[in-house]
Amino acid sequence: MTLSRRTFFKINAVGAAALAGAARPAEASARMASHDGPAMLVDTTRCIGCRGCETACAEANGNGALELPGDDAIFDRHRATDPYHYTVVNRYAAALSAPGGERFIKTQCMHCVEPACASACPAKALEKTAAGPVVYHGERCLGCRYCMMACPFDIPKFEYSKPIAYIKKCSFCAERQSRGLLPACAEVCPSGALQFGRRETLLEEARKRIYDRPNDYVHHIYGEAEAGGTSWLYLSDTPFERLGLKTDLSTTPYPALTDTALSAVPVVMTLWPPLLMGLYTFARERKEERHE
Amino acid sequence: MSNVARTLPAHDWLVEKIFMGYRPGAYVRSFFTPANALVASIVGLGVPVIVYRFLFGLGSVTNLSQASPWGLWISFDVLCGVALAAGGYSMALAVYVFGLEKYHPVVRPAVLTGFLGYFFVVIGLLCDLGLPWHLPVPMVYSFGTLSVMFEVAWCVCLYLFTLAFEFTPPLFEWLNWPRARALAIKATIPLTIFGFMLSTMHQSSLGALFLIAKDKVHPLWYSPYVPLFFFVSSIAAGLSMVIFESALSHRIFHDRLDPSAHVDLDGITVGLARGASIVLFAYFFLKVQGFIASERWDLVNTPYGYWWLFEMLGFILAPSLLYAYGARHKHVGLLRAVAAWTVIGVVVNRLNVSLVAVNWSRPTAYIPTVYEVLVSVTIVTIGIQVFRWIVNRMPVLRDDPAFPVTH
Repeated sequence: MTLSRRTFFKINAVGAAALAGAARPAEASARMASHDGPAMLVDTTRCIGCRGCETACAEANGNGALELPGDDAIFDRHRATDPYHYTVVNRYAAALSAPGGERFIKTQCMHCVEPACASACPAKALEKTAAGPVVYHGERCLGCRYCMMACPFDIPKFEYSKPIAYIKKCSFCAERQSRGLLPACAEVCPSGALQFGRRETLLEEARKRIYDRPNDYVHHIYGEAEAGGTSWLYLSDTPFERLGLKTDLSTTPYPALTDTALSAVPVVMTLWPPLLMGLYTFARERKEERHE
Repeated sequence: MSNVARTLPAHDWLVEKIFMGYRPGAYVRSFFTPANALVASIVGLGVPVIVYRFLFGLGSVTNLSQASPWGLWISFDVLCGVALAAGGYSMALAVYVFGLEKYHPVVRPAVLTGFLGYFFVVIGLLCDLGLPWHLPVPMVYSFGTLSVMFEVAWCVCLYLFTLAFEFTPPLFEWLNWPRARALAIKATIPLTIFGFMLSTMHQSSLGALFLIAKDKVHPLWYSPYVPLFFFVSSIAAGLSMVIFESALSHRIFHDRLDPSAHVDLDGITVGLARGASIVLFAYFFLKVQGFIASERWDLVNTPYGYWWLFEMLGFILAPSLLYAYGARHKHVGLLRAVAAWTVIGVVVNRLNVSLVAVNWSRPTAYIPTVYEVLVSVTIVTIGIQVFRWIVNRMPVLRDDPAFPVTH
């Protein structure tokens, strides 16, 4: 059998269509990662557990009244963030060597330098903005909850009780930041536990605190390397895993875990059609020979 | 029955094409069978649950939580549905591209199963999405090109349409549109190749979805090769579904078969079983490689490890060897049983990866509610009914005498 003009065009049309869709990994490798965006340093040795940040957060996001405001009973159980509480403060026992016996730690979105949620989102509903915060666009969201599967910190929360259900999480007060204001939590913190600034500057500050008072801190800045780096950084005098933080996280950014799988896409798209057209041509030739 | 009805002077298109030759009264009476009563009660219970879910939210009928965002509807309706619909691309490739004419009698039912499988995967997915009406967003203007989910969404969407087009020849034969049918036949090869390309991508991508959840999936089921596992096992699932389903179809729909056409179903079954045996063995070998690379021998001697071993030996290695044995001795009954076992094995694998292995890291294990199970059963039931409706009317299991096979 000769390769007819028509067949040749067919092969090329499929190949060209495949190539047109194959421009993806370039974007994957050009993943922009600024390590000097807006950041927050949380010094848990300074937190007094007043939950002022929770109140300010609820107010700034229109999330209504707090449960048990000003009542220590709230600390009897460990709470997680939920669709209506983007930040929570929990109480843990301090290390024996540390003074005071108890430590408080604030939890919220870590605003990763390379966020897993944003890379997992099929519709760019979660987005790492150029300014730095990881924000959510509800009008794009499908509600597939893949961000929840992807996030190593289990931060995106879904409105299970609503028929029209969105993902909810801390936005790092991106809107306030764009107006030159501090995030609501940092603005009200009375004890200096929260310090807002550029990430590189805060890392310097954190290193300085550890250097100045080496006996008062665990020699590690949580968030410097975790998940490839986060915008929220933590200092502590008590081992981080005893404050409810995950300490077994990968230090390479989570989006990198899917790079290999996604880079197979253009290979399949360009290799399969011509290969199969070739096999088809052989199969047909053999059949024609049999019929002769 | 239908042969008697066909001799009646009813030339009305509706009677001939839709009522299968019955007069309207007799057609309606033909609905009242015990099987249909069961179907009606399942659908009658399941559909209100779906309505309730859309009125009161996912939390009102499911056990999904902030800690377990994906449940039975993703694991069974989507992951298993897509894997079990893999017969469509496997058989179309074998018959149309590789020219294995022997399997021609099973290609149409396989493509129809594929199409309905994907259609009801999408229905299941719509039930699970929080904002299903936003589904056009990643299709039209906001492309999350770094997302595996984006790839899955695009491939499943394109493949659903591809399968719909692949199924047009029997549809046009039924409608008696010879020119449209001739056009559709010409598109067979490009559609088959396009469909295989899409299937390679999204079958594997469904596994790749779990790559980013590295800290959440039990290490025995987490592997950088999980996309490859999903793709290879989907072929085994597809071939086994075709074996199982063709046996079932030829028993249930024997009046739809053309008695003059000699279909060597046993020969087809043995051939498919040989293929499935090799694919399953390759799958087993790949899984062993993934396990060795993971260096987690310590986890084998744990409860999760025993369950993992059971899947490896009981659901992958055993059916591979039994398929080979049955094919060698032409033991068709055994092959059909092994096919059913393999299908269950792939379902177990998908549930293991997406539920069991993920439960490992959860504070509380996710167990689906009876409502979630009911919705899944309802969707499968409706799918089988649509399959029945089409097979009873269109030339799927038999060739239409007016349209001889030309390939």
